[in-house]
Amino acid sequence: MTEANKLIEGRTGPWEIVLGLEVHAQVASRSKLFSGAAVGFGAGPNEQVSLVDAAMPGMLPVINGYCVEQAVRTGLGIGAQINAWSRFDRKNYFYPDLPQGYQISQFAHPIVGEGVIEVERDDGSTFSVGIERLHLEQDAGKSIHDLDPDWTYVDLNRAGTALMEIVSKPDMRSSEEAAAYVKKLRTILRYLGTCDGDMEKGNLRADVNVSVRRPGAELGTRCEIKNVNSYRFIQQAIEYEARRQIEIIEDGGVIKQETRLFDPGKGETRSMRSKEEAHDYRYFPDPDLLPLELDPAWIKAIEAALPELPDAKRARLQAQYGLSAYDARVLATDIARADFFERAAEGRDAKLVANWTTNGLMSRLAEDGLDIESSPISAADIASLVKLIEDEVISSKIARVVFDHMWAGEGDPAAIVEARGLVQVTDTGAIEVVIDAIIAANPDKAAAVKDRPQALGWFVGQVMRETGGKASPGAVNDLLKAKLGVS
Amino acid sequence: MTELTDLTLKAAVDGLRAKAFSSTELTGAFVGAIEKARALNAYVLEAPQTALAMAAASDARIAAGEGGPLEGVPLGIKDLFCTEGVRTTAGSKILGNFKPTYESTVTANLWRDGAVMLGKLNMDEFAMGSSNESSAFGPVTNPWRSRGSNQALTPGGSSGGSAAAVAARLCLGATATDTGGSIRQPAAFTGTVGIKPTYGRCSRWGIVAFASSLDQAGPIARTVEDAALLLTSMCGHDPKDSTSLNVETPDFASFVGRSVKGLRVGVPREYRADGMPAEIDSLWEQGVAWLKDAGCEVVEVSLPHTKYALPAYYIIAPAEASSNLARYDGMRYGLRAEDARSLVDVYEQTRAEGFGAEVKRRILIGTYVLSAGYYDAYYLKAQKVRRRITDDFVQAFERVDALLTPTAPSAAFGLGENATDPVAMYLNDIFTVTVNLAGLPGLSLPAGLDAAGLPLGLQLIGRPLDEGTLFSLAGALERAAGFEARPTAWWSAEPR
Repeated sequence: MTEANKLIEGRTGPWEIVLGLEVHAQVASRSKLFSGAAVGFGAGPNEQVSLVDAAMPGMLPVINGYCVEQAVRTGLGIGAQINAWSRFDRKNYFYPDLPQGYQISQFAHPIVGEGVIEVERDDGSTFSVGIERLHLEQDAGKSIHDLDPDWTYVDLNRAGTALMEIVSKPDMRSSEEAAAYVKKLRTILRYLGTCDGDMEKGNLRADVNVSVRRPGAELGTRCEIKNVNSYRFIQQAIEYEARRQIEIIEDGGVIKQETRLFDPGKGETRSMRSKEEAHDYRYFPDPDLLPLELDPAWIKAIEAALPELPDAKRARLQAQYGLSAYDARVLATDIARADFFERAAEGRDAKLVANWTTNGLMSRLAEDGLDIESSPISAADIASLVKLIEDEVISSKIARVVFDHMWAGEGDPAAIVEARGLVQVTDTGAIEVVIDAIIAANPDKAAAVKDRPQALGWFVGQVMRETGGKASPGAVNDLLKAKLGVS
Repeated sequence: MTELTDLTLKAAVDGLRAKAFSSTELTGAFVGAIEKARALNAYVLEAPQTALAMAAASDARIAAGEGGPLEGVPLGIKDLFCTEGVRTTAGSKILGNFKPTYESTVTANLWRDGAVMLGKLNMDEFAMGSSNESSAFGPVTNPWRSRGSNQALTPGGSSGGSAAAVAARLCLGATATDTGGSIRQPAAFTGTVGIKPTYGRCSRWGIVAFASSLDQAGPIARTVEDAALLLTSMCGHDPKDSTSLNVETPDFASFVGRSVKGLRVGVPREYRADGMPAEIDSLWEQGVAWLKDAGCEVVEVSLPHTKYALPAYYIIAPAEASSNLARYDGMRYGLRAEDARSLVDVYEQTRAEGFGAEVKRRILIGTYVLSAGYYDAYYLKAQKVRRRITDDFVQAFERVDALLTPTAPSAAFGLGENATDPVAMYLNDIFTVTVNLAGLPGLSLPAGLDAAGLPLGLQLIGRPLDEGTLFSLAGALERAAGFEARPTAWWSAEPR
């Protein structure tokens, strides 16, 4: 993608979109950031609330070391500076789903500083997104406004859950780039296991800062779109918001800095609060907590134990298995896919395995909206299927039939081939009988082949039809050539 | 035989262990005394049934040859400590009839060691005050009166109920808390001993928070030894409080009575406040003389940033309080405005009705000093001052083992006397706030009476975690002062 075609054409000329994202990633932890309460999806309202979460008088926060470790791992995973000294601040505001009347966050001294992520566009080209910081903070509870016309209900299960807020620099220039960045970030988080990346459950969500400017001009005034929780919504919100801002400016107006909400139903953003209405959060260091001081040796140990990350995995898949850049990227996008592939590829034709994993299995999974963890076909089964092809027990064509049976849950492909009589016919005698019959029935075509060798394909098709596709394509070709005198 | 309520805590422990009397008898005596002393308004909640049940359990343990170091000892508990199933108000209307489902770590430690709870003690609302007049339950009256006067005096604050109850023999000892002097100033005003230990010695878990970086629990008792016994039981590392220190708790009582010969004690020259009564100055001199007699070397030291302590304190404490008190929003417990029609109404009306004037004043100050544009000029500056004050002490403690100062700039004043002038009230904390800002241990003990017959206190300040030296020095001063005075029981009346 060239720089020029990222621009948006307005009535008065081209505009450039400038995007920065604040991604909130819920730490994959069984307990909350400052209390021992459980974290989990699907508990009844207010069943996962400790005295600390409910802000009972005299209750005090105690940092969850596991969450700190996950923040450090994430920071290392995005190649960022780990701050050995960081501190928790209180962000003060009143809301019913914020029992303490303040959120414990890291304002002045985050645990992770600057880093860079390499992001791939759909066409395979890459761009860099700078990371400003990553900090730990508490999530709020949930206010439920639509249960009752007169009352708001509050569920504090989520209150106090650990979030990593990952703030990017304003380095993205299109909605596609923004979505690609979130995808890449999600991939890294899932590789690290520090966040499950489940956007539907709200475990990964983004605040999107949008501004527009003439190409090369100073940054425009930005609006922040809060809490967008899917790639599609991120793109829609940006597209709408950029258009809205361009129209205002082209009509002679100015953009007011404000916080906006995206309405997925209407596909538009609307004002939530202006800068003037913005809270004065009165940040100050939380006196209930000591500064977080990390031992450099501990950080080093975490770094040494990091898993292979997506970029390294992609490069290795290409180098080690001879995969195409495309296949390597598709597989490396998700650690579960990559693991699946590597398990299936052991001792097998890796390209064939990659093909059956991406084109075969993943296409089918996508059709049914499943991910690879819930695949009805195991890596061992894909390996068996590929081995049957390698051993010429079945043809690629038959393999597709076998795959359908595997998808239906019939299990081991060798057993399917056996039970359904799908074994490839390599007995040349049997194939010869069929070929002889077809040549005898079509003398004109047989004569013509000598002059037009391309017509051999017709005979191959006839033979395969007669044998129910079970004839070995190699054997059929060889025999036909010999019998029809094609060299 | 002396009345059981006149016993020191130590004597009571010995008597109980020797089975000279039972905890049920001892506790019963205090329950009776409390009923007769309602004029003092020291208790906001009397818990005679709980007390007698705990006493009976203690008696059973004693009979079985078991029991902890405070087995059967009846205590009063400042109403800032959350007590399981027992109403806890922090002296505020906003907590309503809040009954915690949990027990503060400090009180849990006391019950673990066998102590008995007589009830909950009055205090300034959210521990904000120096006279107990900001309590939603009305002020406590000091058991002491000026000679020949019926004027009601303040017991000091914020632990006014604790100090008055100890002075009036309504418990053997009491828990208290100290954010800027709230243990030591009331102790000085009531002729009792109070110690605020090093920040982090006592867990803050389950104590209603005022200013988290300054709040510390400690005991008020009648003798130095009694205070040491209580503090030993109250302290201890608590993983539920991140600021709790992971250190061993010494047997503080073992320091009382030790020789102080050769100890160097500093007298900070900046603590000679303008307009301080001559009697306080001369008592201070007297204290110096007693320490010299006991073999101490006394030297003058300088704490040059002392004059900035009070302004810094009255920025930091309200700043933290404004945030700590945000949770009282009418949503989950305590008071909730009845007629509120919107969310903002609930907040505004609940907090307007629930908080008293002094608490509101401090929330406003705290909110202001943390606001965008003011943070650097106030909060950050105050934190820098705090650092300087701490450094002053660090330097002084390179030369001396402890410091001796007056506890408060006056004796107990009349209820209502400073009520209209917050600054005059805040000046009461002038000798005590520095200790909180620096996180040091500070002890107040009665050293004499002024001309009107009111008790005056001396303060000992120690190095971090060196409460032991304070107890040794306090023991020496206590012996030298021979403070035997006690208020006449003018309040005693048959319960109605």
